[in-house]
Amino acid sequence: MSAVIGDDLKSAILNDETKKVLTEPLVNNNPITLQVLGICSALAVTSKMSTSLIMALALTLVTAFSSAAISAIRNHTPSSIRIIVQMTIIASLVIVVDQILKAVAYDVSKQLSVFVGLIITNCIVMGRAEGYAMKNPPIESFMDGIGNGAGYSLILVTVAFFREILGSGKLLGFEVLKLTKDGGWYDPNGLMLLPPSAFFIIGLIIWAVRQWKPEQREKNDFKIMEIAHGEEGHH
Amino acid sequence: MEGLVSLFIKSVFIENLALSFFLGMCTFIAVSKKISTAMGLGIAVMVVQAITVPANNFVYHSLLKENALSWMGLQGVDLSFLALLSCIGMIGALVQILEMVLDKFFPALYFALGIFLPLITVNCAILGGSLFMIERDYNFTESVVYGVGSGFGWALAITVMAGVREKLKYSDIPEALQGLGITFITAGLMALGFMAFSGIQL
Repeated sequence: MSAVIGDDLKSAILNDETKKVLTEPLVNNNPITLQVLGICSALAVTSKMSTSLIMALALTLVTAFSSAAISAIRNHTPSSIRIIVQMTIIASLVIVVDQILKAVAYDVSKQLSVFVGLIITNCIVMGRAEGYAMKNPPIESFMDGIGNGAGYSLILVTVAFFREILGSGKLLGFEVLKLTKDGGWYDPNGLMLLPPSAFFIIGLIIWAVRQWKPEQREKNDFKIMEIAHGEEGHH
Repeated sequence: MEGLVSLFIKSVFIENLALSFFLGMCTFIAVSKKISTAMGLGIAVMVVQAITVPANNFVYHSLLKENALSWMGLQGVDLSFLALLSCIGMIGALVQILEMVLDKFFPALYFALGIFLPLITVNCAILGGSLFMIERDYNFTESVVYGVGSGFGWALAITVMAGVREKLKYSDIPEALQGLGITFITAGLMALGFMAFSGIQL
């Protein structure tokens, strides 16, 4: 009996659909740069690698488990109250994460302050619940949650990498670039520790990704008219 | 009184929810294409924020806080871990009630704000406002001022953003940067502008 379940599980984990939901959200359908989801609470925690790693982990776990749970009861949930059911499941998972963080890593949980709680309203979690978990079986939904969480984590950690190394010359608290005030050569860029830099870095990441993948570009509502060149100066 | 005025100024400019805490970013980016819609959403956020922050404050202080249940004879009961669940439930319920009240008594306002109300339940700025209120331990009066102020600050930010984006339509932006990319960079520049307020001593 257990062997049958094991085979089922294995085939569910290894099939193409699972591979697709795991890898698609990384670049091709990234929740942040393409779907514009979940930027809300995330950027404020990216001034250090350590906090953003914890945040990324927390969000990935909440997305995966809430998708799995919502998908497991999807056939018993009346559609008129589905939002409140989803909210309750997500909020309960976030409370668990919040309490664990408070118990295990109190300093980090103080630094993350309200942003762990804000995972509840993070559009990625709700978006995956509504867009994927309501229509697919639990294991695929779980994988989809992991995939989207990973896409989010990728952007979050990239932003945090640049902000921490340029802003304080450190990575995860270890010194990488020696600062001038300690007799080194690197003069830290204070702007990187302030909120605006997160916007700039995300903007630049989006620019880079879309330069690489032209199909993700947005069309402008207006087109600038080409001015005929070579006509001027011939009076 | 003076404290309340400075709390208001602080929540509008110095600790602007959108530009210095990145709250409500998804809607901030998605709905800031036209000034009129942005302003409609801004006003809706302000109204909801002004109602939910004090309501959550009341529930937190009378039911959830440590020893808050002592009037029932329950000493030492601490339900503050339920704050997340009660806040989001409160917001969902209040937004629903607000929608029904507007529909019944102010149909014109309902048509103007109605489409934004469901969006607001999952807007991080609303939940964030309530969580900041709990974290900073505001009393009831302070929570009213903070609710109105932070909602106003968010409305101000999204309206200004929409104004900038309306003008940006006519500019020649590199193809890959169009849309989302340039919007983020614009938001960054606006956040820089708002940083200037952080020098104000209150």
